[in-house]
Amino acid sequence: METAFTPIASLTGGILIGLSAVSLMLLRGRIMGATGVLAGVLLPASKYDWTWRFLLLAGMFVGPWVYLLLAGQLPTIQVPATTPLLLLGGFLVGIGVTLGSGCTSGHGVCGMARLSPRSFAATGTFMLTTGLTVYVIRHMIGA
Amino acid sequence: MRHILTFLTGILFGTGISLSGMANPAKVINFFDITGTWDPSLAFVMGGAVIVTFIGYHLVFRRQAPVFEPSFDLPQNRRLDVRLLTGSGIFGVGWGIAGFCPGGALPALGTMNADVVIFVAALIAGMLVTRALSDRAAARTDNAQPAE
Repeated sequence: METAFTPIASLTGGILIGLSAVSLMLLRGRIMGATGVLAGVLLPASKYDWTWRFLLLAGMFVGPWVYLLLAGQLPTIQVPATTPLLLLGGFLVGIGVTLGSGCTSGHGVCGMARLSPRSFAATGTFMLTTGLTVYVIRHMIGA
Repeated sequence: MRHILTFLTGILFGTGISLSGMANPAKVINFFDITGTWDPSLAFVMGGAVIVTFIGYHLVFRRQAPVFEPSFDLPQNRRLDVRLLTGSGIFGVGWGIAGFCPGGALPALGTMNADVVIFVAALIAGMLVTRALSDRAAARTDNAQPAE
């Protein structure tokens, strides 16, 4: 499944993601990590903790609709994986981000921007295993 | 005011994800498929986000504290351990299979796309099971070794 190269849209999107991370640090002094936000909404440490994460998550849900206003359509979502693989992948992501204390946003963006050695190690590791997994699925199994 | 601004921060993130292509598994998987249908777009997402965050954090950290909290709450652990690397490795395998990462999927959940709902349900299951098992392992260790 080919996708178009979109450097301008992707760079602009990346800049907005960065601005939101900076905004959260400025306002609440917290790392913008999707894993932490979701975990904090599901298993809150306190009501106070739950509230700001819930507001952040609710705002995220609105994002695609703002995109609709700007671009005239909802963001494209093309899923090459079958439903069983989507379930397997989702479950593994859930295990991995819980053990690894973060994902692409927390480690890959915020942690690397803080020059955290843990985040560099985490990001290097998952980029490598993602690449290997895609290679095995696409070129060895041939799905 | 702090609630409204937190909500707007979430909108900014969700709009950025939507624009970037991170919510599109085909695009994510193509980024990693260098020997196949390679689409380098996501390097621009990562590059833009990291550079803006790096500069922005430097400016924010000139302050004594965030605007609405008494202090910054930052991870202090700098130790590399097996748990971090194993977890990140497993995350990558799941990301490569599904094409969604949590940051890409959560904003996409706002569209109620069925595939995203399925992915997020499995993601939550994986998170809860892992948390429950590691809580139990921690409790067992506490029982075996009385607190000092």
